Amino acid sequence: MPPSRMTTERESGSSLPAEPSLTPAVFAAADPATGDATPSPIRDYLSRRGSGRFADASFAALMLLCACSIFAIVAFIFWILTVRSHLSLVQFGWKFFSRSAWDPVSGDFGALPFIYGTLATSLLALLMAVPLALGVAVFVTELCPKPLRTPISFLTELLAAIPSVVYGLWGVFVLVPLMRDVVGPFLTKTLGWSGLFSGPNFGVGLLTAGIILAIMILPIISSLTRDIMLAVPNSQREGVLALGATRWEMIRVGVLRNSRIGIVGAIMLGLGRALGETMAVTMVIGNHPNISKSLFAPANTLASVIAGEFTEATGDLYLSALIEIGLALFLVTIVVNAIARLMVWAVTRGAPVGAA
Amino acid sequence: MERVSLKIAAAVLFAFCLTGCKQSANTSATSESSAQNLNGAGATFPYPIYSRWFSEYAQAHPGIHINYQSIGSGGGIRQVSEQTVDFGASDGPMTDQQLAASKVSLMHIPSVLGAVVPVYNIPGVTGNLNFAPDVIADIYLGKITKWNDPRLAKDNPGVKFPNSAILPVYRSDGSGTTYIFTDFLSKVSPDWAKKVGKSTSVKWPVGIGQKGNEGVAGMVRQSPSSFGYVELIYALQNKMTYGAVRNASGKFVLASTDGVTAAAAAAAANMPADYRVSITNAPGDTSYPISSFTWFLIPTHSSDAAKTATLKDFLTWMLDHGESEASSMGYAPLPTQVQSMVRQSIANLR
Amino acid sequence: MDLQSKAMRLNTARRAATNHFISGLAILATVIVLAPLAAILFYLVYKGASSLNLAFFTHVPAPVGEPGGGMANSILGSGVILLLASLMGIPVGIAAGVYLAEFGRGKMLANAVRFTADVLNGVPSIVMGIAIYSLVVMPQKHFSALAGGIVLAIMMVPTVTRTTEEMLSTVPHAIREAALGLGVPKWRTVLSVSLRTASPGIITGCMLAFARVAGETAPLLFTAFGNQFWSFNLNQPIAALPLQIYVYAISPFDEWHRLAWAGSLVLIVMIMVSVTLVRIYASRGVLKGGS
Repeated sequence: MPPSRMTTERESGSSLPAEPSLTPAVFAAADPATGDATPSPIRDYLSRRGSGRFADASFAALMLLCACSIFAIVAFIFWILTVRSHLSLVQFGWKFFSRSAWDPVSGDFGALPFIYGTLATSLLALLMAVPLALGVAVFVTELCPKPLRTPISFLTELLAAIPSVVYGLWGVFVLVPLMRDVVGPFLTKTLGWSGLFSGPNFGVGLLTAGIILAIMILPIISSLTRDIMLAVPNSQREGVLALGATRWEMIRVGVLRNSRIGIVGAIMLGLGRALGETMAVTMVIGNHPNISKSLFAPANTLASVIAGEFTEATGDLYLSALIEIGLALFLVTIVVNAIARLMVWAVTRGAPVGAA
Repeated sequence: MERVSLKIAAAVLFAFCLTGCKQSANTSATSESSAQNLNGAGATFPYPIYSRWFSEYAQAHPGIHINYQSIGSGGGIRQVSEQTVDFGASDGPMTDQQLAASKVSLMHIPSVLGAVVPVYNIPGVTGNLNFAPDVIADIYLGKITKWNDPRLAKDNPGVKFPNSAILPVYRSDGSGTTYIFTDFLSKVSPDWAKKVGKSTSVKWPVGIGQKGNEGVAGMVRQSPSSFGYVELIYALQNKMTYGAVRNASGKFVLASTDGVTAAAAAAAANMPADYRVSITNAPGDTSYPISSFTWFLIPTHSSDAAKTATLKDFLTWMLDHGESEASSMGYAPLPTQVQSMVRQSIANLR
Repeated sequence: MDLQSKAMRLNTARRAATNHFISGLAILATVIVLAPLAAILFYLVYKGASSLNLAFFTHVPAPVGEPGGGMANSILGSGVILLLASLMGIPVGIAAGVYLAEFGRGKMLANAVRFTADVLNGVPSIVMGIAIYSLVVMPQKHFSALAGGIVLAIMMVPTVTRTTEEMLSTVPHAIREAALGLGVPKWRTVLSVSLRTASPGIITGCMLAFARVAGETAPLLFTAFGNQFWSFNLNQPIAALPLQIYVYAISPFDEWHRLAWAGSLVLIVMIMVSVTLVRIYASRGVLKGGS
C-alpha cells in the first residue's frame, strides 16, 4: 500500500508528525497479542493524536446549539409579542376577538372586523385556488406530455417567486380597474341576486384581495399536491388500470384517494400562507374595518392593519392592541401550519397508504 | 459552474458597492467629522416641500444627510416619542397626553402653513365645485351618497352631476391631514363632533382608507366618482380638480397661499408660546377654512450635541432660505411675527 | 342480453365522456393558472423596461415633483441587507441542517427541530417584523440596516436548514463510513466529506432562501425604514428595493409609478435568475446513489 494513501489528514495540510515509512518491519513490530515492548509507530501516532473526542463533542454541541436556535427564535417571538401586548390583553381580555370596534380616538379596540376580513379573503382565495391547483397538479402528473412537464411546473413555481409587493403593484394598476370596469358589473348582472355583490363597486375590496391571494397560494398547493401525487406508488395506478378504469377513474381511485390526507395538508399550507399575506392585500383591500356581506365592500385583514397602522400607533394601548393582533396571527398560523405539515408528512414521509 | 456563478454574483455586488462608494464620495465631504446623518419621520402633508428643503440643504452642506420618511403625522409623533428618530413632523399638534407620554420632552416648531383641499374625480365634471362644510361632513358620515344629491346641486348651479355613488377616501394611517380635516368638520358639524371627533386617526363611518396624502391622491386619481382630502400641493402636482369650501364668513374660497395667510393672520397676533394653535374655519372674507400650521417636533434636550447643532442650523436655514420657497410650492410661509418667535425658540434648543 | 350490453356500452360511453371532460378541465385549469403569470410578467416588462436607463441604476430619488432620479440606493440597500442576512442566517441554517442530518438522526429532538423549522417557515413575515422591532429597534432607539438584516436572517434559517438536511441525507453512507474508517474524526468527516459532497445542493438551498427573502417588504417596514440617500452605516436606516417599490406604488406621482415598475422588473429579474439557477442545479441532481 503506497504511503500517500494512508491518511486523508495529510492532504489538508494539518501539522502532523512525519509519517513513518511503511516497511514490513514496522508492521511486524506492532503485535498487540504478544505485548511486545516496542510500540509501532502507527499505533504511537494514533494514540498521540488523541481520539478527537473533545473536538467532536464541541462540534456536535455547536451544531446542536444552532439547531436549538430555531426553538429559541419561535420562543422569543412568542415571548416578545406577549410581553408587548400585555396592556391590551389586560384591558380587553378574550373579548378583544369578539368585539367589533376599532376607534383609536376613544381607545376602544376589537379585532372582529379584521378576523372577518382575514377569514373571508382566505376562504375566497381557497375556493378559487384549490380547484385550479388540483387541476394543474393532475395535468402535470398524469395528463401532460413528458417534454411539457418540466416547463409547466417550473412556470408554476415562478408564480411563487414573485414578491408580494409586485403582486400588489400589478393589482393596483391592472386588477383593480379590471374589477371595477369589467368584472364587477358582470358579476352584479349575473349573480346580483345572491346579495354577495351588492353595494357600490370601486375595484378595491374583499373580492379583489381574494383573487390576488388565490394567485399567490396557487403554486404552493399545486407543487405540494404534485409531490404527494408522485409519492403514490405506480402499483396503485397500474392496479386500477388493470381493472379497466378510464384515466380519470384511475386518477380518482388510484391516486387522489390515497393522497387525500396529503392534499388536505397542502390546502392547509396554502391557507396558512393566505392568512399571513400582507403587502398585496393591503394595497387592494380598502383598509376599512367593517363586516359586510357584499364582496365588493372594502375590509381589512389582521396582517394589513398591522402593516398600515403599526409605525404610527400613537398611544401605548393602540400599539399594544396591534401587537396582540400580531400575536393572534402568529398563533393561528403556527397551529394551521403544524396541522398541515403533519398531514403532508403522513403521506410523503411514511409508507404511502395502501402500499403494495 | 456554481462557483463561477457565485464569483459573478460576488463581483456584481462588489461593483455595486464600488459605484455606491464612488457616488457617496462625490456627494459627501471628504472629512469624516462633518458627515452627519439625521433621521426624521412624520407628516406627509409637508413632504413635498420638506423633501426639497432637505435635498437643497444636503447640497449646500455636503456630508449632512437629513433622511425624512413620510409615514404620517401619527408615525412622526410615535417615533420621535420613542426616540427612534431624531425629529418628527406633524400637522396635528400633540395633545397634552401625548406630550406627557413621550420619552423625551418635545417642542413644536412651526415650519409652513398649508391647506387641505377636497379633491374629486367625477367623470364629466372638470371645473372647481363649491362645497358647503356640512355637505362635506355628511358625505363622510354617509348621509350624502350620490353625486346628484340636491344639496350639492344647490351650491353648484349649472353643473351636471352623474347619478353615481360617491366613494369617500380617507387616510388609513395616523395623519395630521386627517387631524386638520376632522378638526374643521368638528367645528362645522355638531353631528360629526359627536359621532367621530377629531384626531390623527378616527373611526370613519364610510369610505376607503389609503396610506398617506400620496395614497389618497393616488386613489382619487384612479377611481371615478371618488372624493378625498389632500394637501394642496398634491392636488396641484397631480393636476387634480379640487373644490372651493365655504368659510366662516359665508364665502366660497378656493385654496391658495393668500387664503391660508389670511386664515393665519388672527392667530399670528396671539400665538401661544408652544405654537399649538388651530386655524381652521378662521374668520375673514378671504380666509381659506381648512388651513393649518405644520410643525417639526424637536427634542428640547439632546445628548448628541452635533445633532442638535445640525438641527438648529437647519431650522435657521429654513427661516432664511426655505420660507421663500413656500409659496411656489403651494404652501404659505410663516407670518413674520411667528418667524421671530421661532428664532427665539431655536436658540433655546440644547 | 341486449339490454345488458346496451347498458354496458352506455356506461362505457359515459365514463369515457367524463374522462375527456375532466382532462379538458385540467388543461383549462393550467391555462387559467399560467395566464396571470404571463400577464404579470409581460406587463412588468412593458411598463418597466422603458423606464430602465443608466440613471435608474446610478441616481438616488429626486425630490417630490422633480423628474429623473433612480433607485440606485434602494438596490444597494437591498444588497447590503441581504448580505447581512445571508452572513447571519446561512451559517446558522447550515449548522442546524448538519445537526439534523449527521448528529440527530432518529432522535426526538431532531424531529422536533425539523417540525419547528417547517412551522417557522409559515409564520407571516410581518409578525417577525414587529417582533424584531420590539427587540432591536426600540431598545436601540433607531431603525437600522442591522435590524433589517436580522429579521431577514431569521426568515432564511428554516429554509436553509431543511434543504441542507435533505441534501446531506443524499450523501451516500459509504463515503462517510470510508472517511470514518480511515480515522477521520466525525467533525472533519462532516466538514470535508459530507458538506463538500452536498455543497451544490446546499448552495441551491441558500439561493432559494435568498430568493425568498429578497422580495420581502413587510418586515422591512419596521426595521430598515427607508432612506433617500446612500447609506453605508449599518446602524442607520437604509433603503430597500421592495420597500421603495411599495412607497412609490401607492403614491400619486406618475414619475414614482414609473420607478416602481422599473424597480419591480429589476427585483423580479434578480429573483427569477436565482430560482432558475436553483432549478438547473436541482435537475442536474446531487450525488446519485443510495442513501
